[in-house]
Amino acid sequence: MDSLNEIKRDSLSALLAAGKRADGRGMLDYRKIAIQPAPLQNAEGSAIAAIGKSQVMAGIKFDIAEPFADRPNEGVLSTSADLLPLASHLFESGPPGDDSIELARVVDRGIRSANVVDLESFFIEDGKVLALYLDIYVLDHDGNLIDCSALASMAALLSARMPKIEGGKIIRGEFSGKLKVNEKVVSCTFGKLGEKVFLDPSLDEEKGMDARLTLSTTPSHLCAAQKGGWGTFLEKDILDAFDIALQKGKELRALLPG
Amino acid sequence: MSSAGKPALLVDGKRLDGRGLEDLREIKIVARVLNDADGSAYIEWGKNKILAGVYGPSECIPRHDQSLYRAVVRCRYNMAPFSGMEEHGKSGPSRRSKELSKVIKEAFENVIVLENFPKTQIEIFVEVLQSDGGTRCAAVTAAAVALADAGIPMKDLINAVAVCKIDGQMAVDPAKEEDNYGESDMPIAFSPRTGEILLFQMDGMLSKDEIEKGFALARKASEKIRKLQVEAIKKVYEEPREERFLVISK
Repeated sequence: MDSLNEIKRDSLSALLAAGKRADGRGMLDYRKIAIQPAPLQNAEGSAIAAIGKSQVMAGIKFDIAEPFADRPNEGVLSTSADLLPLASHLFESGPPGDDSIELARVVDRGIRSANVVDLESFFIEDGKVLALYLDIYVLDHDGNLIDCSALASMAALLSARMPKIEGGKIIRGEFSGKLKVNEKVVSCTFGKLGEKVFLDPSLDEEKGMDARLTLSTTPSHLCAAQKGGWGTFLEKDILDAFDIALQKGKELRALLPG
Repeated sequence: MSSAGKPALLVDGKRLDGRGLEDLREIKIVARVLNDADGSAYIEWGKNKILAGVYGPSECIPRHDQSLYRAVVRCRYNMAPFSGMEEHGKSGPSRRSKELSKVIKEAFENVIVLENFPKTQIEIFVEVLQSDGGTRCAAVTAAAVALADAGIPMKDLINAVAVCKIDGQMAVDPAKEEDNYGESDMPIAFSPRTGEILLFQMDGMLSKDEIEKGFALARKASEKIRKLQVEAIKKVYEEPREERFLVISK
């Protein structure tokens, strides 16, 4: 941790001890959230989500693919994330690093575990299925990219159209209705410094905090989780966070299209 | 430039999208849409949707790339894997993207006052979110606005536009179909103040007369684009927004 981060940790620690946050939010408040569904037309699905000054675009493309050998009747879901160099002075061009792979995998797990997309409906014929490519495109980074990406991804899925398929091929620009979405999964990410737990860490808070906890939920269940950072959580922290995630999840779901 | 399945590109002097030979597609530019970048701009040019972000001048890393005399310009032009109508794009820069990054960088090396910032780098990042032909020209146009937004001194506010030959006629600003089925495509970036050409590429077949006609068409279009660029930059100050965010028209 460099010296600037040490300073950030000290000031964050002092603020949290007084029950405050730098931008005046409560411990369990999100920053302002905005969602733009379907801003793109070439992609079969798309959305932009913003949490505070973080902005993430999600794009969906369908292709024809071969199914995995152990799941011959299921389509393919592939999620990746790009931390674009224009989004932050902290990001560099090049192949995906640890952070972007973790981001993509955490979002992917929530979607996959809750069967948000019915992969069996992607079956076309023996040896041929639809592949859904979900690309998370981080445009602006001010912390909590996981929740922002999860919102953009879910909004993109909800706005996605199914491609028209004829003779085993995709007819581009023609559609056979909306993508069927079974569940709206949202994620809530918490930061922890000392004993204090707070929701939706900003970039400054991320730099100062000890640990991060992401809980992805359906309206009733946990469907993915990820702990990050060198710090620790107690069992009670996680159980309390789960209650909050369910409650905040309702608010997040209400912002999603459809 | 393929001729298989070629539609008529000109019918009664009108193009496929109803434009005349000298008409640009609709262009909308918004400056300052990102928070962390030092300068940014978003452009919608026809169905193209492109985001440009600029960082710098900042310390040039790695240091062996530094110049004692001037700033180093870096440019990354990149297409989002979901930007096209066709299949999902491959990740990582293509040969085409690398070439375009290079020619765009070279255009800006001419207009940025590099000697003011020795040992630094100025980074230009362009992300094509949706493509519809003419992305490099839109990229140059947006990047110039992003550089101006970053307050980086430039000798001129440059832009680019392509001209094409469709069904034997020279026309400005080819859309995707015209690019695919036209006889020729010639993207040009001008320095409007001096008239110098900063980016010049061509593919297809053109006579000398056609090239001259193309220059005249492009220059006229470039003047119109410059007005839109200036308006976008002015708007940042005339109608300041408290929050920076990207809004994309449907």
